[in-house]
Amino acid sequence: MSLSEQQVSQIAYLARLSLSDSELKDNTKDLNAILGLAEQLGAIETDGIEPMAHPLHMTQRLRADVVTEVDQSELFQSIAPNVGNHHYLVPTVIE
Amino acid sequence: MEWETVIGLEIHAQLSTKSKIFSSASTLFGQAPNSQACAVDLGLPGVLPVLNVEAVNKAIKFGLAVGAHINQRNIFDRKNYFYPDLPKGYQISQMDIPIVGEGEIEITVDGEVKIVGITRAHLEEDAGKSVHDMFNEYTAVDLNRAGTPLLEIVSEPDMRSAKEAVTYAKKIHSLLQYIGICDGNMQEGSFRCDANVSIRPIGQEELGTRAELKNINSFKFLERAINLEVERQQDILEEGGSVAQETRLYDAVKHETRSMRSKEEANDYRYFPDPDLLPVEISNELMASIKASLPELPVEKKARFIAQLGLNEYDADVLTSQKSLADYFEATLEDNEKNAKLCANWVMGELSALLNKNQLEIDQSLVSPQALSLLVTRIGDDTISGKIAKDVFKAMWEGEGSADEIIKSKGLKQMTDTGEIEAIVDDTIANNTAQVEQFKSGNEKILGFFVGQAMKATQGKANPKLLNELLRKKLS
Repeated sequence: MSLSEQQVSQIAYLARLSLSDSELKDNTKDLNAILGLAEQLGAIETDGIEPMAHPLHMTQRLRADVVTEVDQSELFQSIAPNVGNHHYLVPTVIE
Repeated sequence: MEWETVIGLEIHAQLSTKSKIFSSASTLFGQAPNSQACAVDLGLPGVLPVLNVEAVNKAIKFGLAVGAHINQRNIFDRKNYFYPDLPKGYQISQMDIPIVGEGEIEITVDGEVKIVGITRAHLEEDAGKSVHDMFNEYTAVDLNRAGTPLLEIVSEPDMRSAKEAVTYAKKIHSLLQYIGICDGNMQEGSFRCDANVSIRPIGQEELGTRAELKNINSFKFLERAINLEVERQQDILEEGGSVAQETRLYDAVKHETRSMRSKEEANDYRYFPDPDLLPVEISNELMASIKASLPELPVEKKARFIAQLGLNEYDADVLTSQKSLADYFEATLEDNEKNAKLCANWVMGELSALLNKNQLEIDQSLVSPQALSLLVTRIGDDTISGKIAKDVFKAMWEGEGSADEIIKSKGLKQMTDTGEIEAIVDDTIANNTAQVEQFKSGNEKILGFFVGQAMKATQGKANPKLLNELLRKKLS
């Protein structure tokens, strides 16, 4: 499997990355090299093997349903680029 | 051409936990903006999600209630997209192995029972809220809702009309409240529906291209939005066009659906397992204890109402359609089970009518189930007739006291003294000789006239059964 420049450009868009033409070329080359490396795994017989969801052989610990957080919005908003009326402000998003 | 509508629903139900799904911030609705968005909810660097045990328990509860397969090992994934109310740039959700697998639920539409398949139900976090009209050149973001636990319930495309879709949605809505995992408040967004709608020529196996309708926050709008979309698709196909697979926003004010193009480009979510969360394992013991904790389900309650109380299918269905209604009805049955049918009639009849008229919910009723139960008891033991009872009920609703107090103060107690009624019957017959002749010449219907006259003379207090018997006896 290999990616075209157009596919890489689409992935870059989805990740909100802006790539110059030369960066696009380089990234396509690098990504394809990585995919090529991963492709070697295709030689291994994996029928009947459950896909791994996590490298650790552990399961999720669960938390009791208790509220322990306090309101720190002032502190958090002090580092936000723009706030107003206790809201975080971003450039207008129109649906 | 004759078309068939095919509908599948995605329901987002907020689980009624105290804290969020991955953080210990409160989920309370209606608090000051951003006062309940902690570092985890904001996606600040270095934070880690820790899963809320109650969210897991409640999801399992739902799964067991719809007879679904529970994936005792399930996995959280990241769903990647950019939107200001999603601070991390991804939503933690479940893709490959959701907590709840296939199940089903029974609905009744126009007397017909139908099974709707549930494809899956998975846990995920809610996003924050964007406010577009607070500032001119900004969108304002409140992240209090970010991280609220959601159970997304995905149905099979098993519904064939807007009515079926609404019935299914109401059924799920009611079930969630029965098992106590969601408050069902649609105004506050605790229960939200997206509808996947397509049409195909009748008889065709293959599904048509579907549109996904979003932003539907009431059952009424769900029905309208679907019907509107079906019409739109029919127009397109009948003019030889083709339906685009897209997300459409329902606008209740303009009564239209419109394309949300922005959603389309982003419709590649690049899911992958969330490395911050380990696979969840659910023990057999936990499954067993949740199963044991399940309350009586609507379908079980309905069957019991039919078998034990002798209600008919329709009444049992209506009375179990909402948990609050079933609770009220059952409270009227305390020490009064022999009058179950009468209680059912009163709850579904007079009480519902007054509630509707005053736009009240059953749990806001001005007459308590205990008070109604006493009234029904007085009908059952012949203290008052059903007709007089309606007046007593109105007086109860107006706060004039208990059934017994009103019957006493207004002197409404039914006349059951044979001698007393007999005297009135004699009078009535004596005063209406012409009608007596008619009756004797075979006009049976005229009996109603005598009943009416005698009732009038007693201000409606004569025991109707006794009165009828005496009239017949005296006239023939």
